[in-house]
Amino acid sequence: MTSWNMADKNIIIKIKRQANPGSEPHWEEFVLPHRPNMNVISALMDIAADPITRDGKPTTPITYDSNCLEEVCGSCAMLINGRARMACSALIDNLEQPIRLEPFSKFPVVRDLAVDRQVLFENLKAVKAWVPIDGTYDLGSGPRMTAEEQEAAYPLSRCISCCCCMEVCPQFSEDTGFVGAATISQVRLFNTHPTGAALKRERLAALMGDGGIQECGYAQNCVEVCPKDIPLTHSISEVGGAVMTQASGDLFRK
Amino acid sequence: MASNPRIIVIGGGLAGLAAVIKIAEMGGQVDLFSIVPVKRSHSVCAQGGINAAKNLKGEGDSCWKHFDDTIYGGDFLANQPPVKAMCDAAPGIIDLLDRMGVPFNRTPEGLLDFRRFGGTLYNRTAFAGATTGQQLLYALDEQVRRFESEGKVKKYEHWEFLSAVLDGNRVCRGICAMDLRSMEVRTFPADAIIICTGGIGAIFGKSTNSVVCTGSAQSALYQQGCYYANGEFIQVHPTSIPGEDKLRLMSESARGEGGRVWVPKTPGDKRDPKSIPESERWYFLEEWYPKYGNLVPRDVATRAIFKVVYENHLGIDGKPMVYLDLTHIDRKILDRKLEGILEIYEKFVGDDPRETPMKIFPGMHYTMGGLWVDFNQATNIPGIYSAGECEYQYHGANRLGANSLVSCIFGGFVAGPAAVQYARNASAAASNGHFDAQRKQEEESNALLMKSEGKENPFKLWRELGELMTKDCTVIRYNKNLQKTDARLCEMLERFWRINLSDRSLWANTSVVFARQLYNMLQLSRVIAQGAAMRDESRGAHYKPDFPERDDKNWLKTTKAYFAPDADEPRFEFEPVDISLIPPRARKY
Repeated sequence: MTSWNMADKNIIIKIKRQANPGSEPHWEEFVLPHRPNMNVISALMDIAADPITRDGKPTTPITYDSNCLEEVCGSCAMLINGRARMACSALIDNLEQPIRLEPFSKFPVVRDLAVDRQVLFENLKAVKAWVPIDGTYDLGSGPRMTAEEQEAAYPLSRCISCCCCMEVCPQFSEDTGFVGAATISQVRLFNTHPTGAALKRERLAALMGDGGIQECGYAQNCVEVCPKDIPLTHSISEVGGAVMTQASGDLFRK
Repeated sequence: MASNPRIIVIGGGLAGLAAVIKIAEMGGQVDLFSIVPVKRSHSVCAQGGINAAKNLKGEGDSCWKHFDDTIYGGDFLANQPPVKAMCDAAPGIIDLLDRMGVPFNRTPEGLLDFRRFGGTLYNRTAFAGATTGQQLLYALDEQVRRFESEGKVKKYEHWEFLSAVLDGNRVCRGICAMDLRSMEVRTFPADAIIICTGGIGAIFGKSTNSVVCTGSAQSALYQQGCYYANGEFIQVHPTSIPGEDKLRLMSESARGEGGRVWVPKTPGDKRDPKSIPESERWYFLEEWYPKYGNLVPRDVATRAIFKVVYENHLGIDGKPMVYLDLTHIDRKILDRKLEGILEIYEKFVGDDPRETPMKIFPGMHYTMGGLWVDFNQATNIPGIYSAGECEYQYHGANRLGANSLVSCIFGGFVAGPAAVQYARNASAAASNGHFDAQRKQEEESNALLMKSEGKENPFKLWRELGELMTKDCTVIRYNKNLQKTDARLCEMLERFWRINLSDRSLWANTSVVFARQLYNMLQLSRVIAQGAAMRDESRGAHYKPDFPERDDKNWLKTTKAYFAPDADEPRFEFEPVDISLIPPRARKY
């Protein structure tokens, strides 16, 4: 590309749009003036302020989920040039053009780039992803923990529920009903907490059978794509082992 | 009335979730409304930590000292009894969060570790890496999910609060809200409601706040008759990372762990910062404030940076930026204590702050003002309570770092039980006619916006609003400019009615939702601009070069704005501050 080319100063973005869950998707293309330090979100904001396609057709602002724009709320996950990632931390200068934006493919589309990821929150309910405290009245300090224990728990606790790991998992589908890596990793987090361990058996039981941890095919796509670098495959093998142990124990007790 | 009252909580950040937990524990039934899934609320952005005088470092810290630092840091504008109650409760709140499983950093003995933050000389801040807000929010979110699975809490996520439903006696009987997907407008009855809708960053265009922090709910309630207090007090955080879509916070914990702020002594020095020798760097905060150094309160640090950039013309490369330097600190310590924030800088700027000093500049960060509440978190409308950043109670004229998380949780813990208590004693509404009337009114507003055939684009109008408010209503304020700002706001409110929505569809239409928020932002902006114009003194974050001193004789008062519907503008009252515990003294760091 030569330096005088207009394409240098413009960004070309193709967006897969869908008016509602029942309608057919279609693509729209936009050209935007380039500014240094732009991310995908700022491009979407520019489109909202001036919603006109590349061929001059007036259109509607893009619907997408977003909130913190600091990659910590987990809202703005989408497919960017085919890769599952957060739109806020996707810097335009690092992306090949034309930039392609698509909604996640394994979740129901709400509109345009917004999808319904409620399934993860339901999964977290199913595995009781909480510490069962007695109440919020004053019961003194929590269990003492070593710095090493804290340093092991903290990375797991940084999961932002973006669902990137589920989107890229070959096993995650309506057919398998697989819970996905994020939920399994939360089971590991709560099972290792001194008080959280009280529900360990129930959590592991919830991961047995169809849709449970056995569905994992060890493709390892989850850990590749996690924006928070959570050791997801490590969590899966650790929890998988615990599920096996519990399942065989249950068998002998019968 | 009901022994198991139905309470509506609006907003699922720390304050909202704290309230929900208390209500569920007391046997109440909660409907929880949120624009985003509650786990994605803005509380996740809080980085550095949460204050509590646990005194685990043998420094002789105490709850009274925490209280004194908070009142002094807030330049004596906060009513003192609730602040004292918060500081007294803080150590217990830390214990509770610890029991809930928050992965707080630990000492070698396995106890909670504490670090230093701005505006105090004590290590009083408990922290979970540099994503403390995220960790706290998740802990409360998990407890609420547990109550949800027990049927005690029903979540309405992707719903936006539009207005309260008030009966003929102006008692709150429920809310009117909109489903952000189907666009359905619906009313919900409740025995009491609690507003926990956070800050108002969007009014300033770019800020460190999240997208949902528009202040729309607070503004709607102000327009329905709630007092809005101390609106003119807006915190500008000294260290944010300028961005195209927002300003990203660079936590005070960077300075708490030893980060140093400096500029090259030579204007326009283009050298690589690492190659500039110590003798040619100006550590202006350390020079001007030897006692607190880089950890002076935020308003003080922000004004110092403005002075260096705009008066001394020493911004990096002539631009409005200064260095925040961590490169002298051991990498391992940085990774263990600050990883989350260093990662943000790396991802969004592209430089490694362990190797290169960060370039930062002040950015709008926190809303000290908010809905007026009494010591029970009750607004002036019976049945409406409020907690968290959206109310005004705990931070006076300037908030200290790491006090926001504790004020959110404490406020929620007071508001929840207070609302339940109120509901148990309240009498039933005489009729239900107000629900239909409120719904029809909101539906008509939506229809009006959908039909409007003007030329104004709401997103462009918003950018204009943000630039205007940032320029004239943040760090340095002049009466002439504030008056001009209010005139411009009036003009923008007129232009608002010539809006043209490029999207008129009836499914997940973000334009109509945003337009509604924008209207409320414009109305609330007038409260900020006029409140700032009136207050002829300098106090905490409110600074007027023409009135550089604090004036306790005339202005040791809470500003209370109320909406005059006929005139379509704010009116003001002033209320004395409760200074019953610590007599005001000069604030000198």
